[in-house]
Amino acid sequence: MSDIVIKAEHLSKLYRLGTINNGTLWKDLQTWTAIKLGKEDPHSKIGEDRFSGDSDHFWALKDISFDINQGDRIGIIGKNGAGKSTLLKILSRVTSPTEGNIKIKGKISSLLEVGTGFNAELTGRENIYLNGAILGMKKRQIDRKLDEIINFSEIEHHIDTPVKRYSSGMYVRLAFAVAAHLDSDILIADEVLAVGDVAFQKKAIGKMNDLSTGQGRTVLFVSHNMGAVKQLCNIGFLMEKGRIKSIQPIKGCIDDYFSSNVLPTTNSIKNFIRSKNCSLRAKIIQFEVITKEGINTGIIRSTEKVTIKLIVESYNDSVITGMQCYISHNEQNMIMLDSGHIKNKTFTLERGIYEMSCEIASIGLYAGNYSLSVGLNIPGKEVVDNIPDAYRFEIPLYDPANAGFNLHIDSSWGIYNPEQDYSCVKKSDLSTEV
Amino acid sequence: MKSNANTDEKWDLVIESKRKIFDLQLRDVIRYRDLVFLFVKRDFVTQYKQTILGPIWFVINPIFSTIMYTFVFGNLAKIGTDGIPSLLFYYAGTMLWTFFTGCFNDASNVFVNNVGLFGKVYFPRLTVPISNVFGNLMKIGIQFLSLIVFYAYYLLIKAPITPSFWMLAFPLLLLWLSLLATGMGMIISSLTTKYRDLKQLVSFALSLAMYATPVVYPLSQIPKKFAWLNFINPVSAPIELFRIWFYGAGFVSGKMIATSVLITFFVFFIGLIMFNQNERNFIDVV
Repeated sequence: MSDIVIKAEHLSKLYRLGTINNGTLWKDLQTWTAIKLGKEDPHSKIGEDRFSGDSDHFWALKDISFDINQGDRIGIIGKNGAGKSTLLKILSRVTSPTEGNIKIKGKISSLLEVGTGFNAELTGRENIYLNGAILGMKKRQIDRKLDEIINFSEIEHHIDTPVKRYSSGMYVRLAFAVAAHLDSDILIADEVLAVGDVAFQKKAIGKMNDLSTGQGRTVLFVSHNMGAVKQLCNIGFLMEKGRIKSIQPIKGCIDDYFSSNVLPTTNSIKNFIRSKNCSLRAKIIQFEVITKEGINTGIIRSTEKVTIKLIVESYNDSVITGMQCYISHNEQNMIMLDSGHIKNKTFTLERGIYEMSCEIASIGLYAGNYSLSVGLNIPGKEVVDNIPDAYRFEIPLYDPANAGFNLHIDSSWGIYNPEQDYSCVKKSDLSTEV
Repeated sequence: MKSNANTDEKWDLVIESKRKIFDLQLRDVIRYRDLVFLFVKRDFVTQYKQTILGPIWFVINPIFSTIMYTFVFGNLAKIGTDGIPSLLFYYAGTMLWTFFTGCFNDASNVFVNNVGLFGKVYFPRLTVPISNVFGNLMKIGIQFLSLIVFYAYYLLIKAPITPSFWMLAFPLLLLWLSLLATGMGMIISSLTTKYRDLKQLVSFALSLAMYATPVVYPLSQIPKKFAWLNFINPVSAPIELFRIWFYGAGFVSGKMIATSVLITFFVFFIGLIMFNQNERNFIDVV
């Protein structure tokens, strides 16, 4: 199998948490002398699962192995903290693995950020050279590609102006242009597309597409933007808690990601991460999303009735609060439901357990994956409780037969699908002329 | 770059958890030589953009120091200069000492100053201290040219200075000082990523170290009791040598030169190894 270009074997990465400064010189010396004397490191971890970590140590990657073939376009997906970025950092040699190794064939270049090493005082042209060289190009190669880069960035007129005078859009365009013209066999990219205006993002994705599918390069791409991942990649790595959970064609991988993603059993809500500014005088201890199909199924149909029910435990008497739900897509809030703000309706709770519910006649959003955040608040005064991303759900295409327009959230046809009803009444006949 | 012994396949790059101590990746540095040049240019251009005097500042600083030293150490403290005109004496000392501390400070701040860059992209980290040395060489080059002007003047008025052919070996002195400074700097930079307090100690120690170095006094003025301090100080020999070569005054023993050269190579080598070991993981601890 000579077309394997990246071979990773038993990769692990250990991070040390907490204060590294305090007292560690002493511990370092202990460890060091112990190793030199051939004894066991007194600070190493012993136990059954050595990857479990403790308060000071954290395994970001746990024994990962994989092969990547020439021309594969890998999308690495997973929740925050799954180890995606750590894997990319190791691949791009920013940090090294604690254990294991990676073998690579061909020239590799990585874009963990656009515009790395740009200097505000230098002109656009000088920055092209500097940034190109940092990314591993030789001066000769940049000379050859200079015109192409300037063209792509669309800033011909300002190329000899210091970049500190650029607008942020120009800056990003120039930075991406340099990155897009790297001569490498393997390209590693981390969320770099999440920059620039919509038109430029399209151009950037187009360029990435061209680089990968058009020129047969191997691409590794990390993003939370599933649309971009789906468009760019053919194989998905689904990562979870430092391990690769599955490697499969991208479509299945994304589906897996969404189905594995949370869907909390209702009693686990106590472990949810709450916003930091909550007063917690009352706490949401359970919630249910009720649809015709059942409770917390993970699917809400766009045109159907939904009830969001919160079980709230109040610890004080006379907690005044409103109920709040946000439905969002990729950080963008799409629907805000707030009893206090919108309906001017708050409830006064006494010590005890309450059930609140919000009934939505129909969500009316296009098909796609969304998340629901729930909270309790006194409008403008106090956040009592707030659980961001408490629940993930999918709105399926509401026209399964695909008879007409099957609008998806990424569609450019419109951004919202309100409840709508159409009618057509016949007023009169056409006069028939012979 | 190495081939894998287990299979017939050739890998261009192997990323391993540990790097061999003497695997210094120097070939990579050579491959990135354009980057070194661009770093030098960047530092030079950005330092004096939007200034009126530009690179003339390189000369103004040592001239003012020279004036101060002449007044304080020459006129007030009445420390001799081995008969060398005080302008030449102090200017040379300041110039070389500034070069040394410049290289040292730059090298010792490599990791801390470049976290943002190093955290996002790989290139041989050694390119940064190397480019810093070149930047400092440019500075001292300009200062040296101005020194030559003063030097010519003093030769014309027949001041008691005797040039020698050793003057041509000046680049060797610069190499010597830059290896020493960068070596020390690399050791410090590797340690400061973890132990930040070292930075405080170093900046304090460095300002004191000038007085343990024959910058504002010639070696001949040192009482016997403290001679050992200058003997073990590896910066002393090259600075004193400069005065011997250019002005024909001063004395430094062969033993002292040998000690300094040995320390220089040792420090540089250790620095290189520590730097090289540290560059791979510093981003996790910095």
